[in-house]
Amino acid sequence: MHIKEEVSERHVLTLTVDNEAGTLARIAGMFTSRGYNIDSLTVADISEDHATSRITIVTKGPPPVIDQIIAQCERLVPVHKVTDLTEAGPHVERELALVKVSGAGDQRVEAMRLADIYRARVIDATVNSFIFEITGGPDKIDTFVTLMREVGLVEVGRTGIVGLMRGSGAS
Amino acid sequence: MPEKSGAEILIDCLLEQGVDTVFGYPGGAVLPIYDALFQQKKIRHVLVRHEAGAAHAAEGYARSTGKPGVVLVTSGPGATNAVTGIADAFLDSIPLVVLTGQVATTLIGSDAFQEADTVGITRHCSKHNYLVKDPADLAATVREAFTIATKGRPGPVVIDIPKNVQVATAPTDVKGNSPNRFHPAREAEYAAINQAVELLAKAKAPILYTGGGVINSGPDASAALRELAELTGAPVTSTLMGLGAYPASSEAWLGMLGMHGTYEANMAMNQCDVMFCLGARFDDRITGRLDAFSPDSIKIHVDIDRSSINKTVRVDLPIVADVGTAIRQMIDIWKGRKVKPQPLTEWWSKIEGWRSVRCLNYPASKSEIMPQYAIERLYAATKDRAPIITTEVGQHQMWAAQHFHFDAPNKWLTSGGLGTMGYGLPAAVGAQMGNPDALVIDIAGEASIQMNIQEMGTATQYRLPIKIFILNNEWMGMVRQWQQLTYESRYSESYSDSLPDFVALAEAYGWKGIRCDDPAKLDDAIAEMLAYDGPVMFDCRVAKTANCFPMVPSGAAHTEMILHSDEVSGTMDDEAKALV
Ligand SMILES: Cc1ncc(C[n+]2csc(CCOP(=O)(O)OP(=O)(O)O)c2C)c(N)n1
Ligand SMILES: [Mg+2]
Repeated sequence: MHIKEEVSERHVLTLTVDNEAGTLARIAGMFTSRGYNIDSLTVADISEDHATSRITIVTKGPPPVIDQIIAQCERLVPVHKVTDLTEAGPHVERELALVKVSGAGDQRVEAMRLADIYRARVIDATVNSFIFEITGGPDKIDTFVTLMREVGLVEVGRTGIVGLMRGSGAS
Repeated sequence: MPEKSGAEILIDCLLEQGVDTVFGYPGGAVLPIYDALFQQKKIRHVLVRHEAGAAHAAEGYARSTGKPGVVLVTSGPGATNAVTGIADAFLDSIPLVVLTGQVATTLIGSDAFQEADTVGITRHCSKHNYLVKDPADLAATVREAFTIATKGRPGPVVIDIPKNVQVATAPTDVKGNSPNRFHPAREAEYAAINQAVELLAKAKAPILYTGGGVINSGPDASAALRELAELTGAPVTSTLMGLGAYPASSEAWLGMLGMHGTYEANMAMNQCDVMFCLGARFDDRITGRLDAFSPDSIKIHVDIDRSSINKTVRVDLPIVADVGTAIRQMIDIWKGRKVKPQPLTEWWSKIEGWRSVRCLNYPASKSEIMPQYAIERLYAATKDRAPIITTEVGQHQMWAAQHFHFDAPNKWLTSGGLGTMGYGLPAAVGAQMGNPDALVIDIAGEASIQMNIQEMGTATQYRLPIKIFILNNEWMGMVRQWQQLTYESRYSESYSDSLPDFVALAEAYGWKGIRCDDPAKLDDAIAEMLAYDGPVMFDCRVAKTANCFPMVPSGAAHTEMILHSDEVSGTMDDEAKALV
């Protein structure tokens, strides 16, 4: 007998939650204990009184599982609202990455040239290294990082995705 | 403003919530709370013998009274011992508030004596949990905890209280209003209810598939269910957790469904055209093989927990609401419009055909007590007293579900979701505390009863006249049955060796012990048990290798029930084994 896998979809969920001890552990742990995937998770305080945070989770699963994930999130007491940006319609997704490359001569020039094309900014430079800051959708960042491998990539730090719905409404 | 200690504030809050009974066990990290308990008279503390017993006793109390159960245990091992009961209450949606002591806030994280990460450990087996770091937060926390435990889909809530928070003082604003952020919807949307009425009115082969949610919704939900069944003329079946919500003595009752459910209930589920699921959750023990589960029916599902809807089975009409409220809404529309249901004669004659199989029949015996016979006689001897029955887990539990019949809710307490051996005795203790005049019987197996047997001492201490009726087959019968059916009778570690002398054990605890192994003497022995004004342990020696049928083997469809032992195969393919 072999274990069967189902076809998955990628979904971006945003959660408005109470900013209290244990909320992140409760949500992240619920994903692990129920066997759901987390591709990325970001969290930050978003309200003036620091009482609420917004969590953006990128997850994968077959449609019924995505539906369960949303329902299970809603069931948690500190979670006030869950929006599936992928279902909700047009939305923007952005991520920030810091990318360090090192090299000399042509390699260094090429790194600079590519960074320029991808609108990455130099935020640190030494005679043999750069740190680039780049923002964009996950695909753009993936491509940029792949290119940088060719020109001396040392390490990458990524924030994970945040997203908002397009237009004037709130998610 | 006057101030009180955290421990005193806690007691005030429990009183404010109407708590009169707490099940607990003391220890270093809860000494301030125990001292505050000592100095008051309104809350009874029931001293159990093991913290698992406290949690199950609170479950039994909650399930039989409809009120939340309250548990008080110390930090570290006290809390970890209670975890099984918390997880059990989580799966069976039982309202509990569990108060755990914790080391002082200044010591948290230092691996202090009796420190355990209680909120971490219970996070995913409780409905919610808290670590209270300031006595000024206690009142609001306790109030919210009771709301969360009892409202919406009920469940256990854990409050972890460090020792210094119990000692430190805060203003005693006990009456103050705390914001409540937990507001589950009760009423269903009109359009959905309307559609449900239309679907049921047009159905030619409807079925009401009910579960523990009907019981959790309160006695009025059970009353409403009876009315709806009458209006629609539909047959009623129930999960293990829902027994008693609909009277077993009614003509429309098909018996329990699922793995050890009746042939008629499972066949009717399979062949119905409209399935109306009320407060049940399509658990794998109910559905059998999913792709063969009631393939042609339109499915309506009412549940207060939206995550229970479409979790395993896709339904056509989801309704997120309290079941009792939703049924009342339906009845109002039904009566208001004077809806006439379809004639269901054809459907009922089909059902009569399935009933005539008499799937619960078993081979009778004159020489030994058949376990089913023992349950039948126990039922016959006690039904007039509407007893509260608790069970352990195993064959005896399923035989009790099949052969003991319930006409009212809150009389059947069993561990369904988690299937926890050792549940029944402490649950009986809790049920008897909450219902001092009721006849409370734990139907047990000889293996399960040993898992929390220490609670006999609790019953002795509080003079609880509970009866333990052990179907002693000298085997972990349910395990042995599975080994016989799926592993060619290789009985690996399922024999109950070195059993205690249960009669002598009973006497050692100050109970009465009775033993019976003769079917001819069984009625008299049961009468003797019932006549005794005190706790009794009844060692009922039954046929050792009887199996529990009917049975939907794991991985099979409802239509592939094994009715009798001569249909047993002895092997099973890997796919089916993995589903167990
Ligand atoms: C705590 C726990 N451990 C193990 C099991 C697995 N299990 C289910 S039924 C059973 C045997 C129960 O034997 P007994 O109490 O004698 O009941 P019988 O089936 O013989 O009626 C076991 C071991 C369980 N349900 N709970
Ligand atoms: Mg046994």
